[in-house]
Amino acid sequence: MAILINKNTRVMTQGITGKTGQFHTRMCRDYANGGNCFVAGVTPGKGGQDFEGIPVFDTVREAREKTGATVSVIYVPAPFAAAAIDEAVEAELDLVICITEGIPARDMIRTRYKMRDKKTVLIGPNCPGVITPDEIKIGIMPGHIHKKGRVGVVSRSGTLTYEAVGQLMEQGLGQSTCVGIGGDPVGGFKHIDVMKMFHEDPNTDAVIMVGEIGGTDEEDCARWIRDNMQKPVVGFIAGVTAPPGKRMGHAGAIISGGKGTAQEKLAVMEECGIKVTRNPAEMGKLVKSVL
Amino acid sequence: MKIHEYQAKEILKKYGLPTPKGVACFSVEDAVTAARGIGGKSWVLKAQIHAGGRGKAGGVKVATSLDQVKQYAGQILGMRLVTHQTGREGRIVKRLLVEEGADIKKEFYVGMLVDRVSQRVILIASSEGGTEIEEVAAATPEKIHKVLVDPVSGLNSSDAKEMARKIGIPDGIVNRACDLLICLYQAFDETDASLAEINPLVVTGNGQLLAVDAKMNFDDNALYRHPDIAAMRDLDEEDPAEIEASKHDLSYISLDGNIGCLVNGAGLAMATMDIAKLYGGAPANFLDVGGGASTEKVTEAFKIMLKNPKVKAVLVNIFGGIMKCDVIAEGIVAAVKQVHLNVPLVVRLEGTNADTGKKILAASKLPITSASNMADAAQKAVAAANRN
Repeated sequence: MAILINKNTRVMTQGITGKTGQFHTRMCRDYANGGNCFVAGVTPGKGGQDFEGIPVFDTVREAREKTGATVSVIYVPAPFAAAAIDEAVEAELDLVICITEGIPARDMIRTRYKMRDKKTVLIGPNCPGVITPDEIKIGIMPGHIHKKGRVGVVSRSGTLTYEAVGQLMEQGLGQSTCVGIGGDPVGGFKHIDVMKMFHEDPNTDAVIMVGEIGGTDEEDCARWIRDNMQKPVVGFIAGVTAPPGKRMGHAGAIISGGKGTAQEKLAVMEECGIKVTRNPAEMGKLVKSVL
Repeated sequence: MKIHEYQAKEILKKYGLPTPKGVACFSVEDAVTAARGIGGKSWVLKAQIHAGGRGKAGGVKVATSLDQVKQYAGQILGMRLVTHQTGREGRIVKRLLVEEGADIKKEFYVGMLVDRVSQRVILIASSEGGTEIEEVAAATPEKIHKVLVDPVSGLNSSDAKEMARKIGIPDGIVNRACDLLICLYQAFDETDASLAEINPLVVTGNGQLLAVDAKMNFDDNALYRHPDIAAMRDLDEEDPAEIEASKHDLSYISLDGNIGCLVNGAGLAMATMDIAKLYGGAPANFLDVGGGASTEKVTEAFKIMLKNPKVKAVLVNIFGGIMKCDVIAEGIVAAVKQVHLNVPLVVRLEGTNADTGKKILAASKLPITSASNMADAAQKAVAAANRN
């Protein structure tokens, strides 16, 4: 039920002793069943300590062995974050969610190459995380704006995702799982990977996909939806007014060589049977209209 | 981050690529001295700006005497060069590259960039050098060849040789072209480049390879580990407002319109620009104040936005997650009191502590228009800008 994470998931926090790691581990632990889910922290050299009762280990492998945690969330600073992902993959975790922004693309290219035949799923980097409302949240999103329901949300953005969720709530629509896949050009799960999971999830009736300029992620997902998806999908793409060649905040939000425009994405999505809106204030209404 | 052609050539030269003899010049005198030092009978004078299309716009000239070098250098330095990549306002040329003239027999294209689909570095090459690669891709896509690079073992020499053959490098220098491509990949990889383009890569009259033009862009996320490349930054090529914003860790892009936008989060910031346009307005900027906006950051953001004389209204759109709306409201009130706000301000607060935030704005008695959602905010901001 739901996708990727639920109230039985056991999570370790890599970078738990840093300011960001501490703050968000606390918030996640205090949300829904988080108190039972957040069972370990990893900071090399700080093994044996504990963070407010959560044991800290030197390595991911040890944390996994001692607590049974199979999911990791990473708040490690950018220069070291790709290595943290590598460590989690080598320890054969099921899922790694990397929140960190600013990781060099070259590091992520190598990390993705190293994990190409491994079972570990990566979400991110430069993402807000994943939440299955009223069960567990792994990341930095505000738990209190979410509510359990049957709409799946997949997005490259952070606050624009919260905006979408806020609008769903106004329409009386709760969420099965919200997945923030992040704003970087090289990373883990793309829209299509999450969409496939929503397709299989008995608790999801419809999906909203939120995208932005740069790359071809949304178009690839749209074509898969056209050929496979049985549930209604709606979408919004940010950046219709973005100028070419400029990085709009996210490392992956850039129109290069004329490719990756919002207009092109919207056109492909519509051709593939996805209802779209060009008005970000209408995302909630759009979902309601297909249910 | 972008750098100039002459800087890209310096880097490629270090990695063993053949580049023309050339000197970067900042004055007409420098240019004449450089030409004399280079020797030969012809020189190419190239305006150095961070944009392409310089030749067509009059920024590249061939001189066949030192008098012509002096004349052309005088024309190019200080000129406002407008190309299809600079925007209407163009760029003032402050740097000039003086190079030995090349005897060009054939032009090729080679380039490297990150391919997002395969998540690898990709080598692209074509027999159609000297033209923009996008035009080639549109007109004759079959003339573009691609190969992915293995991130662990690097560019494979048999792949490199095959590319060289496919694009028509003469048999006698295929091996040298292969070496050049491998060195190009090394340069790309070791400098954390996001783009490395040689267009044209030339075969000269006496059968040599030469990188006649070079362009390199770098991954901003990796500059922390390349201080030498970060030092190549040319502030004259950047928008002053964007430079100011980056000093305060604000993500800011100048646009043409009259509605200043201040938002938390890049996706929401783009969506805010989009909705302003949808309701008939024109965004003046993209501005992402980020996840941890303090009063100082909000104040700096307002100052930068308001320095733009085109701004007729300001639209603040905040969805507080970790960032609390009362903190942002306090920041807005403090900022407005500090800067001289003489345009209408529309604020939409949503999320954590939104009600407290709205109360703070109301209690401040400042002329702030509150909005209940994004559409309301956009409509109010557009109306205010049009009235002004």
